[in-house]
Amino acid sequence: MADVGLNTRSLHAAAIAGGSVGDFIALMKPRVMSLVVFTAFTGMVIAPSGLHPALAAIALLCIAVGAGASGALNMWYDADIDARMQRTAGRPIPRGYVTADEALTFGVVLSIGSVLTLGLLVNWVAGALLALTIAFYVFVYTMWLKRRTAQNIVIGGAAGAFPPMIGWAAATGSVSLESIVLFLIIFLWTPPHFWALALYRTRDYERVGVPMLPVVAGEAETRKQIVIYSAILVPLAILPALMGFGGALYLLTSMTLGGVFLALALRVYRVREGREADRAAKQLFGFSIGYLFALFAALSVERGLTAWAG
Amino acid sequence: MADHERKETERRRRMRSIGIAVALGMLVIIFYIATLARLGGNVMNRPM
Repeated sequence: MADVGLNTRSLHAAAIAGGSVGDFIALMKPRVMSLVVFTAFTGMVIAPSGLHPALAAIALLCIAVGAGASGALNMWYDADIDARMQRTAGRPIPRGYVTADEALTFGVVLSIGSVLTLGLLVNWVAGALLALTIAFYVFVYTMWLKRRTAQNIVIGGAAGAFPPMIGWAAATGSVSLESIVLFLIIFLWTPPHFWALALYRTRDYERVGVPMLPVVAGEAETRKQIVIYSAILVPLAILPALMGFGGALYLLTSMTLGGVFLALALRVYRVREGREADRAAKQLFGFSIGYLFALFAALSVERGLTAWAG
Repeated sequence: MADHERKETERRRRMRSIGIAVALGMLVIIFYIATLARLGGNVMNRPM
């Protein structure tokens, strides 16, 4: 009881005091931002024309801030359901640390600032792609699809898939087949990644009425869809090696980790009851993050080694 | 508002102000560096 009293008191004090710098950083979803920055970095380093290192760093900063801004706008719009979901109840707005209006202002200012800075200092193709990414995440995914269709994260996943294209565009000023392949890898990776999470958070989504696939079509259908998407993703992830912008290290990484990805997806499909089922879904969710990091890391490392050797 | 709440409010407001100042300072530095990177030696080329 004493703890509850203390927490209520500190919550009240926090609400009066307003958000700390840390709360505003939390609004930007730093973990999501790290994946965005990393994939954008890869798109940038594998691009054929070299960008001045200072401009490359500025481009990455703009992409990170743009991604953070869309995260803040997402938290602003979803504050009502975030407060009722276990996974998101601790976010700054539901906790009362940051008001919805502050989050909206923060998100809008950073969105406009990041797009203008990227456009003015690097190039406008990259700036336009960043604007498209933010708009897609906020308007298409958050406001339109998320609460309406089970395909929310399939279509909305495009927002998370744009960063390597932005990185490529920052370096070259254009969009190419290679950057589209990187886009497709993340695009097809998103559904199995999020559905694995949704499988062990079904009740959370059910309670707030978000039509995630397990809620709408059932767990069995979700497990089937995870396997289907994984079976398309894993061969597609070999394409960079076949197209020549991924080397032996990439091929090895993509084939071995792809095999593990498929095995974990099949395990999710087979194990359907009790804690083991949750464990299988959690394993796939966790592994999928490492898988994407490893694919993009392999591409970056290879490019780094080539530059070092040459 | 109790005394400790007022102190906490002031502390957080001060930290937010410092945060905004750092962000604006970084923006100035970024534009300065980008100008040098884009123009290179031409940054000094100012024909009279």
